[in-house]
Amino acid sequence: MKNILLLGDEAIAQGAIDGGLSGCYAYPGTPSTEIMEYIQRNKTACENNIHRVWSSNEKTAFESAIGMSYAGKRCIVCFKHVGLNVAADAFMNSAITGVNGGLVVVSADDPSMHSSQNEQDSRVYAKFAMIPILEPSNQQEAYDMAYTAFELSENLCLPVMIRITTRLAHSRSNVITKEQKRQNELRLPETAKQFILLPAIARRNYERLITKQAKMEELSENSAFNKYIDGTDKSLGIITTGIGYNYLMENFNEKPCNYPVLKITQYPLPRKLVEKIYNECDKILVAEEGYPVVEEMLKGFVSKEEKILGRLSGELPRTGELTPAVLAKALKIDIYTQNAVPDLVAARPPQLCQGCSHRDVAEMINTVTKEYGKGRVFSDIGCYTLMALPPFDTIDTCVEMGASITMAKGAADAGLIPAIALIGDSTFTHSGMTGLLDAINEKSPITVIISDNYTTGMTGGQDSSGTNRLVEICKGIGVEHEHIRVIVPLKKNNEENIAILKAEMLYNGVSVIIAQRECIQTFARRMKSKKSSK
Amino acid sequence: MKTDIILAGVGGQGILSIAAAIGLAAIENNLFIKQAEVHGMSQRGGDVQSNLRISDKEIASDLIPFGNADIILAIEPMESLRYLPYLSRNGRIVTNSAPFINILDYPEIETVLDEIRKNPDNIIIDADIIAKNIGSPRSSNMVMLGAASHFINIKFESIENAVMKMFASKGNEVAEINVKALQAGREASKKMING
Repeated sequence: MKNILLLGDEAIAQGAIDGGLSGCYAYPGTPSTEIMEYIQRNKTACENNIHRVWSSNEKTAFESAIGMSYAGKRCIVCFKHVGLNVAADAFMNSAITGVNGGLVVVSADDPSMHSSQNEQDSRVYAKFAMIPILEPSNQQEAYDMAYTAFELSENLCLPVMIRITTRLAHSRSNVITKEQKRQNELRLPETAKQFILLPAIARRNYERLITKQAKMEELSENSAFNKYIDGTDKSLGIITTGIGYNYLMENFNEKPCNYPVLKITQYPLPRKLVEKIYNECDKILVAEEGYPVVEEMLKGFVSKEEKILGRLSGELPRTGELTPAVLAKALKIDIYTQNAVPDLVAARPPQLCQGCSHRDVAEMINTVTKEYGKGRVFSDIGCYTLMALPPFDTIDTCVEMGASITMAKGAADAGLIPAIALIGDSTFTHSGMTGLLDAINEKSPITVIISDNYTTGMTGGQDSSGTNRLVEICKGIGVEHEHIRVIVPLKKNNEENIAILKAEMLYNGVSVIIAQRECIQTFARRMKSKKSSK
Repeated sequence: MKTDIILAGVGGQGILSIAAAIGLAAIENNLFIKQAEVHGMSQRGGDVQSNLRISDKEIASDLIPFGNADIILAIEPMESLRYLPYLSRNGRIVTNSAPFINILDYPEIETVLDEIRKNPDNIIIDADIIAKNIGSPRSSNMVMLGAASHFINIKFESIENAVMKMFASKGNEVAEINVKALQAGREASKKMING
């Protein structure tokens, strides 16, 4: 037992390690990245050879985890909420195969979109897959849940989701650790053909999954993580999920909360507990981080139920994360704010670093596209998305991982010729490669620029799957050798680079320009560690 | 006793190191702590903040409610003003006076400082110069932590130990100069308090 200070992400990592983890599979994405990073530098994980290498994308990560579970060992797979979209095929079907070794899926949601393109709620996915969810309200619960989730998974023979949101992922607090469990031995599944999802077997497995729902609900009903805290004032009952509980309690620091509170941290919803608070109280306020999932369930579709308050009824804001202030407003508690932000405070948006190679790439593209006019640069997810902002205003789109190449292709199919796709090296190997094959197969008139800084930059510099092999990969996919151009995006090469881009844009087929220069952040770090090791 | 601190600055200025130091010291003193920080996109040259709460009682929210912060501790003057709605009735601003100008519409620095001075309790010191004078220009963050240390309910020795421990992996020299920065900041702000 130790008392340590951990981020929510790190608490999950430590809980998993102590809970008998054999492998972590992940692709970086804010706010989930620190789970894998913690495991990578954890001494126990290194000594016990716990798998801790980044995967190419969330789907490959998830499938590897299913494989490890098949072999009887405990594993976690981690990504941000939109990463679950990429892994969705594997995720949905892992509920049909079931598990052998415990399999825990950590999906980190980002309400308020601090670093994301949407605020989708992973609980909807877990409900879709019909698997249990654990939604910790604090770092200690995050640890405890990761520690026990493998057993829950193995008992139910189902994957279990741990759903967190940004504030828990990236907030530190004290965590008391437990005794370390041993890893599982290698052990093949006992149920024959469990993992062969031929229709006849899948139907049987699916029936089993449906049968398990009652057991799952019973576990939620009796879970120590779900708490019913009674109160004398039944004019209102409050249901909180995850960290909603903390924001509620923050408003009752100096005086006790007299309303009954049902604190939900394990799903499916415990029906008896929900019915109890519903029947005892005049109104119900549902404080959940993310979508109004529980509120909608309680309300139903046809009922004109005015008893249920929350994001749908307008008591809480429909979008964005919860805060102590929005809970105070819903509870009609006055809060003190003395000061507004003075008008002189200017916005300070994030920027590309000084000296970053993407800056030179932006300048190159801006110079060349001047002739063609605006509207033909399809971009992607990464630091270079900041080229959307002044002074660059280079890119016209950013939708999801890999979309630059395929959107450029689609636009070219429509007649927007030439079209440029701008993508980073890690995003290219994540899910740009298959799109490039589509473009090759149709000889689409697109120019793909891979801005290759040898790292996954935006999330802090994790390894990138294809480093030093991008030329070979492009050749292998079928890009004509003479239309693979490697350039170094530096001021002194600018003229030459512009000439190359101009020439390739005139080519009536697929060109790939690989602009290679190391991320200056990873470069600085490398130089520093070189210096200190001297 | 509870201390709620908003740490403010620009990505790369080292507010997370301040948070980590206070965190270590708090744990050594068996205090409860919650510290929410911002990772990812906004880290790159944009405004960054961290909500740091320490208490001898359990803490509910990871986020400091409006009007609750005892201290806004800023490594950049304009950034200290961005979080004013969080400052409590008797709250204090402790800020670096040296601006970090990476945007075109940065206001006149004097008007920024005047705005800060409107808050009755304010400590404004030039942490950049102090850090430079002790030979460690990158330690402005530790200077600012020192400047705020008078108002944090943790023994100063504990904070010193925490800074020492945090930088230990980077060698004794680095650790010692950061402790020196911490002490220099504490001295500078003591002079301001005593007028």
